Amino acid sequence: MITVLRDVRPYGEDAVDITWSEGVITGISPTGASAPPQGARVLDGRGLIVLPGFVDLHTHLREPGREDAETIASGTAAAALGGFTAVHAMANTTPVADTAGVVEQVWRRGVEAGYCDVHPVGAVTVGLQGERLAELGAMADSAARVRVFSDDGVCVSDPVLMRRALEYVKAFDGVIAQHAQDPRLTEGAQMNESALSGVLGLRGWPAVAEEAIIARDLLLAQHVGSRVHICHLSTRGSVDIVRWAKERGVDVTAEVTPHHLILTEELARTYDPRYKVNPPLRTADDVEAVRAGLEDGTIDAVATDHAPHAREDKDCEWAAGAFGMLGLETAFPVVVETMVVPGRLDWRAVADRMSVRPARIGRLADQGRPLAVGEPAHLVVVDPDAVWDVDPSRSPSRSANTPFLGRQMRGAVVHTVLRGRPTVVDGVLA
Amino acid sequence: MNKHLLSAADLTREDALSILDTAAELARVTDRAVKKLPTLRGRTVVNLFFEDSTRTRISFEAAAKRLSADVITFSAKGSSVSKGESLKDTALTLEAMGADAVIVRHGASGAPHRLAHSGWIEGVVINAGDGTHEHPTQALLDAFTLRQHLGELEGRRVVVVGDVLHSRVARSNVLLLHTLGAEVTLVAPPTLMPVGVDSWPCEVSYDLDEALPGADAVMMLRVQAERMNAAYFPTSNEYSRRYGLDVRRAGLLADDGIVLHPGPMNRGMEITAEVADGPRSVIVEQVTNGVHVRMAVLYLLLGVADAPEEAAE
Repeated sequence: MITVLRDVRPYGEDAVDITWSEGVITGISPTGASAPPQGARVLDGRGLIVLPGFVDLHTHLREPGREDAETIASGTAAAALGGFTAVHAMANTTPVADTAGVVEQVWRRGVEAGYCDVHPVGAVTVGLQGERLAELGAMADSAARVRVFSDDGVCVSDPVLMRRALEYVKAFDGVIAQHAQDPRLTEGAQMNESALSGVLGLRGWPAVAEEAIIARDLLLAQHVGSRVHICHLSTRGSVDIVRWAKERGVDVTAEVTPHHLILTEELARTYDPRYKVNPPLRTADDVEAVRAGLEDGTIDAVATDHAPHAREDKDCEWAAGAFGMLGLETAFPVVVETMVVPGRLDWRAVADRMSVRPARIGRLADQGRPLAVGEPAHLVVVDPDAVWDVDPSRSPSRSANTPFLGRQMRGAVVHTVLRGRPTVVDGVLA
Repeated sequence: MNKHLLSAADLTREDALSILDTAAELARVTDRAVKKLPTLRGRTVVNLFFEDSTRTRISFEAAAKRLSADVITFSAKGSSVSKGESLKDTALTLEAMGADAVIVRHGASGAPHRLAHSGWIEGVVINAGDGTHEHPTQALLDAFTLRQHLGELEGRRVVVVGDVLHSRVARSNVLLLHTLGAEVTLVAPPTLMPVGVDSWPCEVSYDLDEALPGADAVMMLRVQAERMNAAYFPTSNEYSRRYGLDVRRAGLLADDGIVLHPGPMNRGMEITAEVADGPRSVIVEQVTNGVHVRMAVLYLLLGVADAPEEAAE
């Protein structure tokens, strides 16, 4: 089937008509230069911007094990509504994604759901226990072709194990994505350690617990000549350390979450676990630092850390609440508000941070590609000026733990196209 | 006055003085043979204790009963309550039973705040100690005791010594004593000071001998010996030597200076028996005053308009 997306502005530039067939872009021409072919499906792109489909490096789909909080189908539906055409499903499921069998199952369930590509992240260590390496090679060689490995949720804190993991995945061009959190420095931690945590009586999660692990891992990666990826970097010090390492030629990439781009620790004053997340929300100064890092490219990617939780795990006192917040459907408007509106990223840079670089980090050959003839038709069409209210009851996600409840967002996903097939049309699942 | 009492920061100077003055009136009234006032007849006060605290629970119970309230005590400790869902379910249960006030003690900082703001219950919430956050009625009874001995607190110097990091008593006292115009100095080893303590409305010192001379009062905080296992200090002996209150140190206070302790004490650890039982100690008075202050809080928060004398008739 031939599809034409009419009158749309690639990267916010001059309006064109984009035609594709069999999942591949077959034509890009000035708007109205030729009539759509007979029988073609037509999508309206007037006033809208088209970018390559977003790629999320960090998604918790909860399946297998916590299907009450999210499933691969419900989570990827939310991803499609957020403009994503590929997500990386984190390994901290039950059972843990630490064998070829589990990662293949996750991958297949993603194909069956069909909303976006699901690339399982393999656990670095068996059962996320931090004791011995999982069969990384088997996961890499499986049908799921795993390239990103992470114990996310916990840190690979043993320096020898981290070194071995960094070295081992070189054999298949893999990358270790580190959840940087010194476990001893953060025992029982509840929020960012600061003057505010002292006042609120909540045990602090100090910035140094993140920064010390990042510094160690960058030096390790340099020493063994491996690449390393830093998950959800959240502090000014972390940005400075990654910037320093990049200047020295260390093969490091880093991601920031939408919530760390916009929210601060002040929300802990509510004692509402809706705002409890790991790493914790930091200070306004840290928020400015991660924005600057994303702007200058020190931070490569926006990654959601979409973390659905059942109602009862958030409807409680702060200490009993689970860490994590939803992110797939609100990532784009957060980037618009924090980076595009203030002029810190143009649309090509948004495509770079939300699609091109995350695809490259995950070694996804057919995602994050340019909008050009012959390239795969993974597209997201956005309205940067549309204003909408966050309402979890309208989301396909099984969970409602968005930190943006009741908040008005600017910037909306209108259409999402996966391999030529629309998954979202006019803001609704197709 | 705010609807709830969650933090000492909720109290303006006017509020605090109103509670302390009311407590003084109530103390006078209940000094009679018949200690009971009819003020809260027909009102239901729930003691919701997720953590053991016999003295605070009994103090609130006595306060509510002397005002003729119906008192229900719910001790969750020992039952299977450990997860937050239970806080919600317990709250909904209490609401269904028509609690006018819920006095909550909980191991999680902010749990009373959650109860007050979650929409689970309608009644007044009084914080009886939450995690390492606050214990406002303890600060009120301390202020009441200080006032009895020192008069108005404006310009008075109070030294608070011990495990400030984990102490809800210290947090509430710093806030309330500052509101009342006293000058507070916190003393602890640096490991037991919270990050950001320099932004609190008080002085900070690591040297007890330097802070004590001329002070009007010293408040010793309980220090758990287990803290030593987490390397907050090397040994309990070293802690006692550097931060314990013995007779020599108590002698550094102003002539009429007094010694407070919220209890329970570790005799021999933060305070010697000689000082705890000595002439400067007002520790037993604190317990008595706790009932009066808590009566005043219940009286004012439950919106009773009559003055205590009239109500007593």
